[in-house]
This record gives sequence, C-alpha cells and structure tokens, in this order.
Amino acid sequence: MAEFRLPPNSRIRKGKHFKAADGSGEVRRFAVYRYDPDKGENPRIDTYEIEIGSCGPMVLDALIKIKNEIDPTLTFRRSCREGICGSCAMNIDGGNTLACTLSIDDVKGDVRIYPLPHMPVVKDLVPDLTNFYAQYASIKPWLQSRTPPPPDQERLQSKADQELINEPAACILCACCSTSCPSYWWNSDRYLGPAALLASYRWLVDSRDDATGERLDELEDPFRLYRCHTIMNCTQTCPKGLNPAKAIAETKKMLAERRY
Amino acid sequence: MSKSDRPLSPHLSIYRWPITMTLSILHRATGVAMSLGFVVLVAWLFDVASGEESYAIFVEAMGSTIGGLLLIGWSFAFFFHLSNGVRHLFWDTGRGFEKQQANASAWFVIVAATILTAGFWGLLP
Repeated sequence: MAEFRLPPNSRIRKGKHFKAADGSGEVRRFAVYRYDPDKGENPRIDTYEIEIGSCGPMVLDALIKIKNEIDPTLTFRRSCREGICGSCAMNIDGGNTLACTLSIDDVKGDVRIYPLPHMPVVKDLVPDLTNFYAQYASIKPWLQSRTPPPPDQERLQSKADQELINEPAACILCACCSTSCPSYWWNSDRYLGPAALLASYRWLVDSRDDATGERLDELEDPFRLYRCHTIMNCTQTCPKGLNPAKAIAETKKMLAERRY
Repeated sequence: MSKSDRPLSPHLSIYRWPITMTLSILHRATGVAMSLGFVVLVAWLFDVASGEESYAIFVEAMGSTIGGLLLIGWSFAFFFHLSNGVRHLFWDTGRGFEKQQANASAWFVIVAATILTAGFWGLLP
C-alpha cells in the first residue's frame, strides 16, 4: 500500500557538519545520509566539505575521500569504479545512479546522497537487497531448454536473434530502476519491479529458450507484471541506458497476443 | 537486530520528479477528479428533472466564480485524461518508449490539453 510518510524510526534528523580546513581551495558540500544500526538513533544527514582540487572527478571519489580523510565510519558498497559491477548504486541529486559514473561537476549545488529509495537500510548508504535478489531468482534467470543441444557444437543463434537479447542482457542488477519506481515503492512485496521484468524479458525473447509459455504464465497476475503503470522512472534513471519500461510493454504485448 | 527494525530509506521526499512521473500521477488525479465531476453531472440532471426552481439554483451555483473554476478544472481534467489516454494507447502498441520520445509526448499532452480546454471555452456561445 502507498504509505507516503516515513515510519517514525526512519525520519531524518540533522547531523554533523564537517568544515573544510582553513586555506582550502574550491570547496563542494556533500550531504550524506547516515544510519548506524548500533546506536539506536534515527538516521541523520551529515554534511562534509571537500576541497575539490584534491579529489577525483566522480561522486564515488568524494565518498572514498570522506571515508579516508574525514570519517572512516562512512559505509557504502563499491567495487569496480567503472560502472560494471553495480555496487555503488545510490540516490544522488534526486536520481538513482552509480556513484562511480556520475561526475561531481554534473551536480549543481550541494551533492545530496541517499541510499536507494524505499529500501530497508542496513547501514548508511547500504540498502538490504534481499527481496530484490529473490525477485530476480523468481523469474528463473537461466536457459530452459526441452531439446538436446547439437552433439558437436553450441546452440547457435542468428545475428538478429542475438541482437534481441543484447540490450536486456547488459543489465548489471544495480537496482537503480526498481528503487526509482513508485509502483515498486508501494508494492515491492508483490510487484516484481523493472529490473526483474527486464531480466524476464531477456529470457522470453531468447530464441534458445523453450519455456516462453511457462514464463508468461508466471507473469499473468494482477501484481507481478501489471503494476507497471508506465511511469517511466526506470528508463529515465538507468545508468546503463537500458529500457526496462519498453521490455515490460513488450511483455504485456506478448501476453495480449497469445490470447488471440 | 530484526530486519523490521531497519529504517526505510526516504523516497518521495527526495526523488527528483521526471516529467513522465508527473504526468502519470496527473493522469490518475484527473481520473479521480472526473469521477467527482460525475456527481455534479448527476446533480445537474436531477435539477433539470426537478423543475425550473431547482435548476435555477444549480445554474447560479455553477455560474459563480468557484463554480466556473471547477467547470474549467473538470474540462481540463477531461482533455488531459483524453490526450494522455491516447499516449497510453501508443505505448500499448510498444511505441514511444525511448526517453526523448516519452518526454516529448509528455509535453505534447500538456500543450494539447491546454489548447483543447482553451478552445472548448472559447468556442462556447
């Protein structure tokens, strides 16, 4: 159900302000969501002033600089720092994206950083993605084939067939899209969300997969697929430039077309 | 610590609304507004059937400034819902899903609904 206000334990308090050292060059302010599960306090926003001249270009560089030089307790996920692992997905400047591929210069004013929206927070910028991964697993993201493969080679695809799965297969499961979706905010217990549905589409259109019928049966439900109301936040926010909204529309079309 | 103790990260209050999100909620809001408008439509029919006296009361109420604003609001709700409904029909065929297309069609719907509303009231005798 749509619950617009944050529960009492989630309302954000004012936090600490870490000023830049005197004599610093150009300074940018980073307002970062902080939550420490060991303290039993509400989340707060801490503000850090960073000398931009001695910081790398990306928002992730600033977070690492804060952790290294100002506040080692700041907690966030990161790994590849080149937009392929999806670990550093967070809400920056009002949109979900990867901290490693967003340039600080592309944000105007204070850089506001929150965890992915409407998720249980483990600590600071680290959301609990258990449900998100379970939903991904529920669409059976693997090849289901009834026919034996050729004895002496792989299952071949035509170039055109491969191109169908090219884009949806490029999803890195960072969860930016699903956690940008108001429909997912209100119904994540029953609506699969754009990421899982994009993954589902990737197998629906795979020429080697024989379980199309069963996959569509699983989606024929008032919530799992049809809670998509074409709000388009998923496509607007995807840091890889993919189009989950279109994949969902195509899935709806497949369901409509098989009826007639 | 149980999972349910975890705070919920902020959502509506921190998300920057893309134009497509604004139109989506407006589509629903105009739908609800029109449902309320139907009550007034029924009241109008009821007053017509009840005779000249009650009809005069209705005309006076709707002829007031507030009544006029409500009527303009309902006509805009109708034209907006209609235009955006056509946009949804295109989407149902799998067209118009690229980011630029969706943003452009959103602005098109706003402009179309405004022009239709203005035209409707302008053409009234």
